[in-house]
Amino acid sequence: MKVSEAARDAQPIAATADKKSAGPRARISADFLFRNLSAAVAMLVAISLLGILIALWREGWDALHHFGWRFLVSTSWNPVSEHFGALVFIVGTLISSAIALIIAVPVSFGIALFISEMAPRWLRNPVSAAIELLAAIPSVIYGMWGLLVFAPWFGNFEPWINDHLGALPGIGLLFQGPPMGIGMLSAGIVLGIMIIPFIAAIMRDVFLITPAPLKESAYAMGATKWEVARKVILPYTRTAVTGGIFLGLGRALGETMAVTFIIGNADNLSASLLMPGSSIASVIANEFTEATTHLYKSALLALGLILFVITFIVLVLAKMLLLRLDRMEGRKA
Amino acid sequence: MSATPRIHPRAEPGETAATAGMGAIKIDVRSLNFHYGRFQALKDVSIQIEERQVTAFIGPSGCGKSTLLRTFNRMFEIYPEQRAEGEILVDGENILRSKKDIALIRAKIGMVFQKPTPFPMSIFENIAFGIRLYEKLSKAEMHVRVEGCLRQAALWDEVKDKLHQTGTSLSGGQQQRLCIARAVAIKPEIVLLDEPCSALDPISTAKVEEMIEELKNNYTVVIVTHNMQQAARVSDKTAFMYLGELIEFGDTEKIFTKPDKKQTEDYITGRFG
Amino acid sequence: MISRYQRRKLVNLFNLGIAVLATIFGVFWLIWILWTTLRYGASSVNWALFTQDTPAPGSSGGGLRNAFVGSLILLGIAVAIGAPVGVLAGTWLAEFAARRKLGAVVRFLNDILLSAPSIIIGLFAYAIIVDPSGHFSAYSGGVALALILIPVVVRTTDEMLRLVPGSLREAAIALGTPYWKLVTRITWRASASGILTGVLLGIARISGETAPLLFTALNNQFWSTSLDHPIANLSMVIFQFAMSPYSNWQSMAWAGAFIAVAFILLLNLVARALLGRRNRKA
Repeated sequence: MKVSEAARDAQPIAATADKKSAGPRARISADFLFRNLSAAVAMLVAISLLGILIALWREGWDALHHFGWRFLVSTSWNPVSEHFGALVFIVGTLISSAIALIIAVPVSFGIALFISEMAPRWLRNPVSAAIELLAAIPSVIYGMWGLLVFAPWFGNFEPWINDHLGALPGIGLLFQGPPMGIGMLSAGIVLGIMIIPFIAAIMRDVFLITPAPLKESAYAMGATKWEVARKVILPYTRTAVTGGIFLGLGRALGETMAVTFIIGNADNLSASLLMPGSSIASVIANEFTEATTHLYKSALLALGLILFVITFIVLVLAKMLLLRLDRMEGRKA
Repeated sequence: MSATPRIHPRAEPGETAATAGMGAIKIDVRSLNFHYGRFQALKDVSIQIEERQVTAFIGPSGCGKSTLLRTFNRMFEIYPEQRAEGEILVDGENILRSKKDIALIRAKIGMVFQKPTPFPMSIFENIAFGIRLYEKLSKAEMHVRVEGCLRQAALWDEVKDKLHQTGTSLSGGQQQRLCIARAVAIKPEIVLLDEPCSALDPISTAKVEEMIEELKNNYTVVIVTHNMQQAARVSDKTAFMYLGELIEFGDTEKIFTKPDKKQTEDYITGRFG
Repeated sequence: MISRYQRRKLVNLFNLGIAVLATIFGVFWLIWILWTTLRYGASSVNWALFTQDTPAPGSSGGGLRNAFVGSLILLGIAVAIGAPVGVLAGTWLAEFAARRKLGAVVRFLNDILLSAPSIIIGLFAYAIIVDPSGHFSAYSGGVALALILIPVVVRTTDEMLRLVPGSLREAAIALGTPYWKLVTRITWRASASGILTGVLLGIARISGETAPLLFTALNNQFWSTSLDHPIANLSMVIFQFAMSPYSNWQSMAWAGAFIAVAFILLLNLVARALLGRRNRKA
């Protein structure tokens, strides 16, 4: 979004005029009230992140205290014996998100390239809108579609994956398992589809604001479209593109409903991506209302805290990488 | 702006329009019309640009001088709403109708822009990028080539110790010379310069102008400039454009001393523009 | 042997071809999901859906009346809290803190909140409302949704207000307008359609949210409009019914999904139209 320079420049004028307008008393107090009310509300929004951290910390404290650092590295999750460890879910979250990125990043790059450099003008907006709509579909519907439509369909390919990829030495282990359709791989694929619009939109935006003379310099040498995109546009926008990928990663890590439907919800680790697994979000969604004991609930909230910390770090990195983009756009405006 | 521009320093008194006009025609533009959407930016422009000469396009902003320059390598083509009609013969071949791949046409024509546009890669790679598009060289050969190009741009001594730093780490003037070196690295026949000094300080400008003098020995140079002294200093021929039309074209010396048209005279004496 | 130039051409064609395929791939999923929802959903829509409440497990018939009403109530609470808070906070950012460091920090944190996982927001609402009060409730769900709505509204309000030309502010101040009046009567009005767009997009976002309701509003098989009790809502019903083995429930989940998607697409269309009109005016 472009920011009008005029609007920014008007700020100090407005602010000083505001201070100087020493009119009737009522006027000053109304201004004072309005300014401070809005400031207070803004602060409230800002500190809510801190509030989330504190609340989750407090609620998860009992489990964290009880299990200590072992909570992070234990693979055992047993509500009956009340022994809780987060590793299975942390790994599941990371793996499903990694699969999502492997799918979403190249596809988003292709989409952004198509929209910004290849599509005729009349096709640009419809394609952009269609990709953005992918982000508007609620995740519960992705999940339902994933479970009832995608997984049975994808299950048809799994014997093939078993026979071919599963037979490979080494990585073959990743692709052996019953052709159920649901599992880590399916969850990763659906997650990938869900984060495409976020990554593609940012890539498209930065590709579009790459300075024309820079692209033209490369075209003027007879470079092909692909060479311009790969050697000039992509390196030029590298920072923002990385930010966009992190933003997509942040989405994937915390995505709940779609994953809960498709990941299979197994409380153990398996080498194969075709086997069911769990992510932090899916285990919380699945077990929270069943968690009857205090320690069980606390363990789930501690999982939430871990998820929050991971996504917070990823999102902060994303935003810092994207700040440069804002400045680029600001300069252009 | 000064009303009495310096005359081209190398113009000998005996060199007249007739002798200057003897060179072979490199670019022959025939009744070219150009449109940005509905707006017509060039109106029936015809001009003949000679080989191994420096031709300058001058005129007030919006007169179409850059637009004309950008038709010579069909740069406008990457924008869907821009189109050109007419003929542009480069070495006798109409490039607007050519079936030849545009990349091959552009390989013959180097271009440098108003603001320096170093690619987001190292200084070395900036030069190597274009070379690699057309030739497969060994590491050693590439190094020799890049060094040669940078020496030609009188940039070698300034950058030889930081070849692997990014191109944007250079000063503006150095960046622009890097861009010129990059453009000639692919051995074009024509070099198009689109206001190459407008973002530079006077010292950098002088260096770039020196480079243009050098370029003339090997290339056909076309330069767009809004700086009339610069046109007078560096060019052999000058074309004055106004509102999309070519008003007057001839030897630089003549254009700046006794132009035929009143509009030209008004412009170079600073009465408008 | 093919020349270097031909090879470059081929690489270019190949990769551009891949880019086109990637675009088709992206659009393909959208069409597939929408089509499935339409195919299974539209055929399951009937009058009973709007007049009867959710059926018991295994029984036939029934509708989604309580879920629709519950969802609207939750949306109502969320908008009632989220819209004013978001607009005020966004106003502070744009009008009072545009050039201050603190403004940049708040904007940064708001953007983080905007992308924070919704399940975390749900857990937060659980921790601050459900746990202390001891029971699940409609209002805790509304608060959770409001927390998701707020950053969306803050961001659009901030962006839209900063688009208001400075000359408009100067003109008003020159007349001696007090600043609060300038903001409420002039800049808000000038950017009203933009702010409304933000609220609409925010509603579109939260109307499909399920994760934050898991631990707050929960679900309710029966008709209830009490804010102090668990309340039925469309997304939880879709979640529960789609996961179930009963075909009656599954087709009802499709019907719910169809209506939810139609509602969200409609909101998106309206928001786009508003924004488009705004951009044309600008």
